[in-house]
Amino acid sequence: MLLQGNEAVAEGALRAGCRFFAGYPITPATEISEVLSVRLPKTDGTFIQMEDEIASLGAVIGASLTGVKSMTATSGPGFSLMQENLGLAIIAEVPCVIVNVMRGGPSTGLPTFPAQGDVMQARWGTHGDHPIIVLSASTVRECYDMTIQAFNLSEKFRTPVVLLIDEVVGHMREKMALDDEEKIEIINRVRPTMPPEWYIPYEDTPSGVSPMANFGEGYRYHVTGLTHDVRGFPTSRPDEIGPFISRLHRKISSHFSEIQIAEFFKTEDAEITIVAYGCVARSAKRAVIEAREKGLKVGLLKLSTLWPFMRTAVEKALQTSKILIVPEMNMGQISREVKRVNRGVARVITLNKVDGTIITPMEILNRIQEVVS
Amino acid sequence: MSEITKLIHKYLRHDKKFPNVWCPGCGIGIMLGALIRAIDRIGYEKDEIVLVSGIGCSGRLPVYVDFNTLHTTHGRAITFATGIKLAKPRLKVIVIMGDGDAVAIGGNHFIHAARRNIDMTALILNNNIYGMTGGQNSPTTPYGMRSTTTVYSNIEQSFNISELAVTAGAAFVGRGTVYHARLLDSLMEKAFLKQGFSVVEIISHCHTQYGRQNRLGTAVEMMEQQRDQAVTAEKAARMKPEELKDKMVIGVLVDKKLPVYQDEYEKIQERAKEVMGR
Repeated sequence: MLLQGNEAVAEGALRAGCRFFAGYPITPATEISEVLSVRLPKTDGTFIQMEDEIASLGAVIGASLTGVKSMTATSGPGFSLMQENLGLAIIAEVPCVIVNVMRGGPSTGLPTFPAQGDVMQARWGTHGDHPIIVLSASTVRECYDMTIQAFNLSEKFRTPVVLLIDEVVGHMREKMALDDEEKIEIINRVRPTMPPEWYIPYEDTPSGVSPMANFGEGYRYHVTGLTHDVRGFPTSRPDEIGPFISRLHRKISSHFSEIQIAEFFKTEDAEITIVAYGCVARSAKRAVIEAREKGLKVGLLKLSTLWPFMRTAVEKALQTSKILIVPEMNMGQISREVKRVNRGVARVITLNKVDGTIITPMEILNRIQEVVS
Repeated sequence: MSEITKLIHKYLRHDKKFPNVWCPGCGIGIMLGALIRAIDRIGYEKDEIVLVSGIGCSGRLPVYVDFNTLHTTHGRAITFATGIKLAKPRLKVIVIMGDGDAVAIGGNHFIHAARRNIDMTALILNNNIYGMTGGQNSPTTPYGMRSTTTVYSNIEQSFNISELAVTAGAAFVGRGTVYHARLLDSLMEKAFLKQGFSVVEIISHCHTQYGRQNRLGTAVEMMEQQRDQAVTAEKAARMKPEELKDKMVIGVLVDKKLPVYQDEYEKIQERAKEVMGR
């Protein structure tokens, strides 16, 4: 079928089991709201347009606490407003998905033009020390798959997951085959099986993830944005605060391999590896094909997981490549991470564009040829 | 076991979370008492109650009671409550807010929840001050009064929370004071039973901050001021506007039948299923 990226996000959400959406109109993400406003009522799900993005994420978190998979979608200005409740979802460990269809910034910026300026905001935007999972997509099919992945990871690790796409991917239409739909794995949060009086809502477990009870089903417990003890009650005891914050990080850091999704394209013998994500990865793939036609040993590392940053994938690229090129539609956000992992081993070359237009295959190819000569 | 002890054992997390954080003499305890008594009289199951709060002294209330409890971000309690109610309509959702919480940082959420007529109850404890942060000026601090951020004098006009709720379209609006505890019980009972967005404004005192800075006396003296200022809605209906100038009307201010959001949304779900295609 022919689908738009934003439509594929909505379809992926429904396939993942999303039955609650709250959002606020914003370009270039509005189609996600529009599609779900039509589709969710048909599936006994709920769609509501809230008064702003703060309220949207609040409603999403509330719905998720009742056991319903929930999502919101926005763009930069709305994502800024969501940072407050994003932190609450992290500390209270409430699964939910936030889609940010990136546009040019800062502020109102460029509502209808693409950018990749929110990568660092997605990582560090909400205050306090926290872990986060951030995914990206570069094709319509990936919009579908990564939305499902976002739900799966959020359910599995009881954490909000951010899906960053950009205006190009969100508004682009392309063919999407769903011939393997029955193979798609859907993960649901682990529920408590013990009697309610034995339930300790934030108890540590080997995975670091505690079973999550639905509101209204006998497990009456307290959920708070305050730092809390294992029972969910606010605490100011250092011997409870430390282990809690450590567990929040451990539940993500001890499962890197399950979270990190990358694609290697012609990298086996690549002397130059392009590290890209989102719509830029499409241009990069084209540039790799053309460079190969010219006899240049170039490969592509496409990052689908942006955070936690894929150290091992970059290290793998460094085994063959002496040069890494990081094209991005920002002033250099992922390239900082690539440089950090590189630690001076290879040359890391940036290619930054912030004029509201995409980075073309030709621009990447030119940079490759400049570097080679 | 006395009646009050039975309620304490049944509804409070008395063996887990006490003592509480509030100052001796605070009105929040009276509000909590009224809340428990109203819930007990109606006979709700504890599992079907969700208590949602924001930030501030009132925000700490849910932790002490044995319901599904959620302590959210400042001013946003109603948004979380909206998600809970729409995702699981069989739950009885009660939101606890303070004056700064409900009509300063959360003012937008408050008016929109009232406008949508989502079936929930908002209990707003109005003590005219930001108590927990040390007594700063709130949107309900009266003109001319002192706070730690208006030490010379408050030059802003204050909000009338109940009137705001009426104007925003709430289906039920009541006002009580912590002095009139019995009235508070009945207002809460009516609000909980109301289908639609119901608001109870609870006039309370912050003797620790507002009272001290404005030399209004002890907690008991401030409660006596509530008594002296209050006029029942029935009596107020027979009074002239100039007689009501410095008075505060208590009782049921609005009780009207309006389409409830969830009922309307159920109709949308039925209609959507009739429309063919994806």
